[in-house]
Amino acid sequence: MSVLILEQTLNGLQFGLMLFLLAAGLTLVFGIMDLINLAHGSLYMIGAYLVAAVVGATGSFALAVLAAVLGTAAIGVLLEVTLLRRLYARDHLSQVLATFALLLICNEVVRLIFGSQPVMLSPPAALSGPVQLLPGFYYPAFRLAVIGAGLAVALLLYVLVGRTRAGMWVRAGASNREMAAAMGVDVKMLFTAVFGVGAALCALAGAMLGPLLAVQVGMGESILILAFVVIVIGGIGSIRGALVGALLVGMVDTVGRAFLPMFLRSFLSPAVASGVGPALASIAIYLLMAAILFWRPQGLFPARA
Amino acid sequence: MSRAHWTLTAVVLALLAFPVAAKHWDELFYVSFASRVLIYALAASSLNLILGYGGMVSFGHAAFLGTGAYTVAILMAEGVESAWVSWPLAVALSALLALVIGAISLRTRGVYFIMITLAFAQMTYYLFISMRTYGGEDGLNLARRSRFGFGLELAGDLTFYYVVLAVVALGLYLMWRLLQARFGQVVQAIRENETRMEAIGFPTYRYKLTCFAIAGGAAGLAGALLANQNGFVSPNLLQWTQSGTLMVIVILGGVGYLWGGPLGALVFLLLEEVLSGYTIHWQLGLGVALLAIVLFARQGIAGLLAGAVGGKRSTGA
Repeated sequence: MSVLILEQTLNGLQFGLMLFLLAAGLTLVFGIMDLINLAHGSLYMIGAYLVAAVVGATGSFALAVLAAVLGTAAIGVLLEVTLLRRLYARDHLSQVLATFALLLICNEVVRLIFGSQPVMLSPPAALSGPVQLLPGFYYPAFRLAVIGAGLAVALLLYVLVGRTRAGMWVRAGASNREMAAAMGVDVKMLFTAVFGVGAALCALAGAMLGPLLAVQVGMGESILILAFVVIVIGGIGSIRGALVGALLVGMVDTVGRAFLPMFLRSFLSPAVASGVGPALASIAIYLLMAAILFWRPQGLFPARA
Repeated sequence: MSRAHWTLTAVVLALLAFPVAAKHWDELFYVSFASRVLIYALAASSLNLILGYGGMVSFGHAAFLGTGAYTVAILMAEGVESAWVSWPLAVALSALLALVIGAISLRTRGVYFIMITLAFAQMTYYLFISMRTYGGEDGLNLARRSRFGFGLELAGDLTFYYVVLAVVALGLYLMWRLLQARFGQVVQAIRENETRMEAIGFPTYRYKLTCFAIAGGAAGLAGALLANQNGFVSPNLLQWTQSGTLMVIVILGGVGYLWGGPLGALVFLLLEEVLSGYTIHWQLGLGVALLAIVLFARQGIAGLLAGAVGGKRSTGA
């Protein structure tokens, strides 16, 4: 039992950190540019497909991750410069429509190139086995690497946003865009850069989650909603909020899925418990979000004071 | 008669004559397609009521559509086949759900309102997935279309079309009357300046909540019709992309235009139908078309036509 709890906690941590990679870019784009980007999940999908393609061509996972991160960042910058830039001044409705259209286009282009079948992506051979963490407790090496990478990126982002001059501009932009521009921050360049970094983080998450989930068209849609839940819980525009929100959602989702059916079985019939359990676990994060918004309408760490 | 009256008369006559023409040329498929357009016109108009006129950007409208559809399907599975029972109940339950969701969501504003309505719709989605007795993830087949009485048999696509036309026309007419009435004027004024309306003494929260519940009920009615049309309901009806699609239809047609919902439904479903006939990658064409509309036709199709048909947009939003 304690092994199971330990394992599920690590799984929750791992999923939460990957959600953070997605949510970090989303919360900055949302917070600074006030842009609702429904196509953010598509960048995650594109990243995962790029990894699969490069692994297929070269056999090297590390090279594939590098190529996917750079490639997706380039695509993100290109999108920002050609299209999204025109949407900043528009209302949220137009943004929803435009990025929804973009999501459809991305899905179909990927389907045109790679086909409708899910693409196989396996973890690199060196990390495919389990590792013994405690006596008698084994954990997949790849998941451990994912946790490591997630923590490293979280730390890097924290330093970048909290301790550097560029990070100061980002925070200034998130808290008051007009004032930041008036004080001489090149907001236009900043937007493009932030969008590129957000896209790169998406690709990284795609590379890490691709071998664990499935690489297929539409993989971005379900996780996009989770990323939105994360940033709303954390407070839009706040990196710290995104981290706390992501870990909360990752934990609640994973632990709920693992233990709720078991818990329900103690007082419901097994058939009912196995039906209600997963649904209740899926609902749990939305309940969490509704509850947090009810008591703290601006999220846990609002960026705008 | 004004130009708007002429347009309306022409549209109604065309809708009445359409199945006769389709039957004449032996293209009955289009009758079923037209029913679908009408149903989506009602669903989109109900969203337009809160989105365009009330200024409430709800990203969870599929929840109400799905609840209406499931009400009919579940009642039928339990042996209740009369439309006179299940359709009003679909409206009532969807309106009740909207009342509960609205009561909590309307305490938040802006982006947070968008997200919390989305969250509640997702909860509803997973709720229906968890109902194993009623198909769970696989959905539920309807044994037949609802019984209507008066010697009308809805199984035939022609009869069903006229019933749908009557119900949708009634729904749209009531919505139009509502917007003309004091209630509708107050709701639009709240969209323009809520602080001022509150200061004058209007209970703005209650007005918005009522409007939200009415829109939910109308969407439920559309859902009841949709369940009959498809003969099948599944949790897919409540997926967030469905809410997104409804929103896209409204924006496409024209937010805050009376004709926005019907026009958007017509153009969206036509695009889908025509493009999917040419290629399996029709979503690419749809995406490009939507993008072009956002960038070049900012007021939607109704906005483009406004001069031609004399359609009046309620300003703002």
